[in-house]
Amino acid sequence: MTNVLVCIKRVPDLGGEISLTADGRSVDDSGLGHTISAHEEAAVELAITVAKDTGGEATVLTLGSDDAVEQLRNALALGCTAAIRIDADASAQGPADVARAIADVVREREAGGTTYDLVLLGSDASDTGDFQVGIRLAYALDRPVVTAVSTVSVQDGTVVARGAAPDGGSEVYELPMPAVVTVMEGGVEPRYPSIPGRMKAKKVAIEEAAPGFGAAGSGRLRLRLPEPAPSQVTILGEGPQAAAAVVDLFEKLGVTR
Amino acid sequence: MTTLVLVETDESGAVEVSRETLTFARGLGDEVHAIVVGDGPAGLVEQLGAYGATVVLHADGDAFTAYSAAAWAAAVVSAAGDHSVVMAAGTPRGMEVVAHVACRLDATMAANVVSAERDGDGLLVARQVLGGSAMEDMRLDGSVALLTVAGHAVEAKPADAAATPEVRPLDVAVSDADLRTRVVRTEAGEPDESGQLTSARVVVGAGRGAGSADGFKDLLELTDLLDNASLGVSRVVTSLGWRPHHEQVGQTGSRVSPDLYVACGISGAIQHWTGMSSSKTILAINTDPDAPMVTKAHYAVIGDLHEIVPAINEELRRRANG
Repeated sequence: MTNVLVCIKRVPDLGGEISLTADGRSVDDSGLGHTISAHEEAAVELAITVAKDTGGEATVLTLGSDDAVEQLRNALALGCTAAIRIDADASAQGPADVARAIADVVREREAGGTTYDLVLLGSDASDTGDFQVGIRLAYALDRPVVTAVSTVSVQDGTVVARGAAPDGGSEVYELPMPAVVTVMEGGVEPRYPSIPGRMKAKKVAIEEAAPGFGAAGSGRLRLRLPEPAPSQVTILGEGPQAAAAVVDLFEKLGVTR
Repeated sequence: MTTLVLVETDESGAVEVSRETLTFARGLGDEVHAIVVGDGPAGLVEQLGAYGATVVLHADGDAFTAYSAAAWAAAVVSAAGDHSVVMAAGTPRGMEVVAHVACRLDATMAANVVSAERDGDGLLVARQVLGGSAMEDMRLDGSVALLTVAGHAVEAKPADAAATPEVRPLDVAVSDADLRTRVVRTEAGEPDESGQLTSARVVVGAGRGAGSADGFKDLLELTDLLDNASLGVSRVVTSLGWRPHHEQVGQTGSRVSPDLYVACGISGAIQHWTGMSSSKTILAINTDPDAPMVTKAHYAVIGDLHEIVPAINEELRRRANG
């Protein structure tokens, strides 16, 4: 039986153009929907699968404002059975703050008799892209950690994780539990919520926690939007008639066989 | 003050993004040292010298025969004492090892940095956030600044004057705990699997405009007709299950920098643009003349890729046989 804790973050769902808030420190998300990163969607899928396969439970956790309950409920609708929200302004926290706050919750629960044998996270959040919360959490909890893997399973009490190797093949890790693993999208197809799943999710009470320390912050000074470069495009033509001009270009660049 | 660069290698030497990172490090104006973990290929020290490394620190031994991020971090930490900046390429390995180092040194880390300058005792960096649609200015304080360099933020260029590096073996204390997270086995990729993608001279990119899983025949034929060409796809294509994930180009896929990128039916969302914007020439084929990919490209053809690509293939075959 493996109890899994999966950590997610509410982020703006960026489509096209974005704009910044007046202070230049954040994205103006007033007109935007919200989601979690694709890596975290894969982590949630793996958490639910591992819990089901081993007869354990999957708990979803986030650090954020009350709005982030939307993302917790989505994970509950997919098959997580408990949800925890650490009540804090995510934009005021650096990656070390987030890891510390999660570690405090894990230790608190452990003291209360609930252990999380496996903690899953996305390899990075799609807004801040820090690539370090999982590793900082593992150090805070003194657990082994591997990152950016695409599949995770538990076999005979050992975590088996597989990720892409630099040479294009794959590499496999085996970790003793309790362990921390961060996930990259691509290894599993996240499931869709069922109607009964959505109904059930509405009834789950969201547990709340509060960080017991002041955030150090991320070191962010400001955000900037890159200036759009003036268009320098040369239109080679319209439709199939442009084929000769395209092949002329290929020959000029020397890329034909 | 010196800068330490963690170098990743393959059988040919330092990988391109590590050579970019050495180039980036030289831009800070300080002496650059390189650290290599495990066996390096022949000629590596000379190559690192060509990129301006005056010292090559080498961690070798049983602890490093199979990759473990924690053991690599122990090696970097054993060498970090004399350096004010430690950096690696923004690869999964680079991200992971530098984050371990950050925990061990209780330091701040900045990922996917594109520029850095000294500011008093600290370092001001700009880094890619929000999938590349914004830059974050961030200050790294403390005795050591830790960062990873975004792929293709700079072009890899040898130093004006090559150095003859002094090679210093490192004595690294690796604990049993550091080895809990070793790679226990590796498996070769499918013969077809695109390790080729990142080294291709030409990438034929395809997006939603391909229309369906069956819409790639002409695009694949185009890759066959061009020299060292591979197919790359946008995220929507893999999300819809039309093509495998390893072909994905973008923030959450491969970053490519080919001589020519042919963007077919790709609107040019920032997620994708981040993965291919450093291509030397970009040709867009798109029905929408106002699509971001078209306005940002060097060349464009307006129209349906399903009509245009077969015509290009036909013309290529005609000239090859003519």
